[in-house]
Amino acid sequence: MRLEPIARPTLARRLGFPALALLGTIAVGSLLALIAGADPLQTFGLIVKGALGSKFALLETLNRATPLIFTGLAVAVAFRAKLWNIGAEAQLYAGAIVTVLLGTGALGAPMVLPVTLAVAMLAGALALLGPVLLKTKLGVDEVVTTLLLNFVMLLFVSYLLEGPMKDPMGMGWPKSAALIKEARLPRIVTGLRLHWGFGVAIIAAVLVWLIDKRTSFGFEMHAVGQNPAAARFAGMPVNRVLVMTALLSGGLAALAGWSEVAGLKGHLSLDLSPGYGYTGIVVAMLALLNPLAVVPSALFVAAVFVGSDSMSRAAGVPTYIADMLLATGLLLMVLALQLSRFKVVRG
Amino acid sequence: MSSLFDILLSVTFWAAAVRIASPLIFATMGELICERAGVLNLGIEGIMVIGAFSGWMAVYLGAPLWLGVASAMAAGMLFGLLHGILTVPFGLSQHVVGIGVTLLATATSYYAYRVALPEVTTPPKIEPFQPLEIPFLSDIPLIGQAFFNQTPMTYLAFIVAGLTAFVLFRTPLGLAVRAAGENPAAVEAQGLSVTALRIGAVTVGSGLMAVGGAFLTLSAFSSFFFEMVNGRGWICIALVVFGAWRPGKAVLGALLFAAFDALQVRLQQTPIGAHLPYQVFLMAPYLLSILALVLMSRRAQVPAALMTPYNKGER
Repeated sequence: MRLEPIARPTLARRLGFPALALLGTIAVGSLLALIAGADPLQTFGLIVKGALGSKFALLETLNRATPLIFTGLAVAVAFRAKLWNIGAEAQLYAGAIVTVLLGTGALGAPMVLPVTLAVAMLAGALALLGPVLLKTKLGVDEVVTTLLLNFVMLLFVSYLLEGPMKDPMGMGWPKSAALIKEARLPRIVTGLRLHWGFGVAIIAAVLVWLIDKRTSFGFEMHAVGQNPAAARFAGMPVNRVLVMTALLSGGLAALAGWSEVAGLKGHLSLDLSPGYGYTGIVVAMLALLNPLAVVPSALFVAAVFVGSDSMSRAAGVPTYIADMLLATGLLLMVLALQLSRFKVVRG
Repeated sequence: MSSLFDILLSVTFWAAAVRIASPLIFATMGELICERAGVLNLGIEGIMVIGAFSGWMAVYLGAPLWLGVASAMAAGMLFGLLHGILTVPFGLSQHVVGIGVTLLATATSYYAYRVALPEVTTPPKIEPFQPLEIPFLSDIPLIGQAFFNQTPMTYLAFIVAGLTAFVLFRTPLGLAVRAAGENPAAVEAQGLSVTALRIGAVTVGSGLMAVGGAFLTLSAFSSFFFEMVNGRGWICIALVVFGAWRPGKAVLGALLFAAFDALQVRLQQTPIGAHLPYQVFLMAPYLLSILALVLMSRRAQVPAALMTPYNKGER
């Protein structure tokens, strides 16, 4: 079989295949629920209810979506330029470390939040700079280097939390000291458990979209991703574009760490991220690498996780159904997108 | 320094190195086959997880150990087939599909584990492979006990490495697979199907990766726990590059790497090592892998059509 590009895919095709992907994912999820001995309809119902069915649930979903928006943006920006940044997890922790370093009273200034934001972005950018320079200067594939650095960073955080950054009043648990009040992100509405990290995430999505659509840098990122040889031929500084893309991507991923520490938790511990860096890949792909679409995509993914947690407590189906649904959805969605633009031809 | 020599001359150190290298050899051979055919298989990490889980689960349910290995291989081949079908005929991005397969295979393992054993807190143990001493050869000083008093799966790992080298470089099938990764158009001109060769290579390679994962549960640890594979799959991708896509060099790379890994555990107990935080030692394998990639960065030996989707008839 062969794939042939379709000149002008119909709307039916462009919507139909993704719809089929969604149905396929639901089918797989139903099968999984049955295997676990639960009723599929009830399972899905509980997931939806667990994500959106109460004020508490809704706020939990929004909170969970915040780091996913940041890592989703980071991955979308990088993947668009075909820079395979799988290291968002490490960049997230880099941002978190810096946020704690500057936020526990070392700098008592009132401007501490903008400072921690900026320095966190810098830390994340630096975390990705190494692999990117290895790519541009030595041709070392960035997939493996960024992946391996995730493990290195996690060990580094473990060392910091058991050593130099250990909370003296932490009763033995490896966690950092708490941030001072001025370093914490305030709540958006007093009384509701939603912090300004969410607001910053939305702003970041809009800003990245503007960069993408309205600046020459955004154009260059697209061009380099589509065809580096052609971009180079057109005179674009491909390596410099890759480096700048990496700085932006790393910075965005670091904001996930910044937001979780300054907004949600108030301190750093080893369980800060349950894999937001990797989940960001799913978020970005489901959003088709579009920065604005990352927001609803992150909300959707967060809803699946939050809902599955809640459903699992009620119905006993393992929470990993969420990971299965998302991985299946990811693969079916990329297949659907391909089929919406190419037709299958015999021979 | 003398403590370093003591370690390097001890049989237990080399035995540990060979043991640690075994899953890496399986998975590295698997990835090597995939990449030689032109497909980067980033599903390796997840496939090792499902291999570890399937092998363990089969034995937990009463199957004999070798049937556990076979079921691990089957599980790996299934996910490899999925990867191959999505990337070769459908031409999807090998990076995205690979990450997707890793996420899916890992999630499948964890979900199945929790469905099968919902209330378990300590992972249940199975009876793993026991060391099988080979007579005569195990009496050779130092290397005898290190290489010839290992579990059968270790012996299988080296046999697989030899078979991989033989098939790839001494059989027409191997030539066709390598050609699919270097010059697919030439393969089609011979009347062979690049699609079939690539899908076949990815399927077989993934089966081997899963066997590598099964080593962890059936030969090394005897139980399945989350985060078991811990980045070994990614390290094997680096080992393929380090071995310049040649099985012999890749095996040497795996042994070298495993030696460093065995060394770092023992160095922690030396006077110098006791002063460094243990995390530094745990970081060493990953940093070494990055170093290996940097050292091998002259990319002259990359299979020419690696990651290039093949579209029949396209100019």
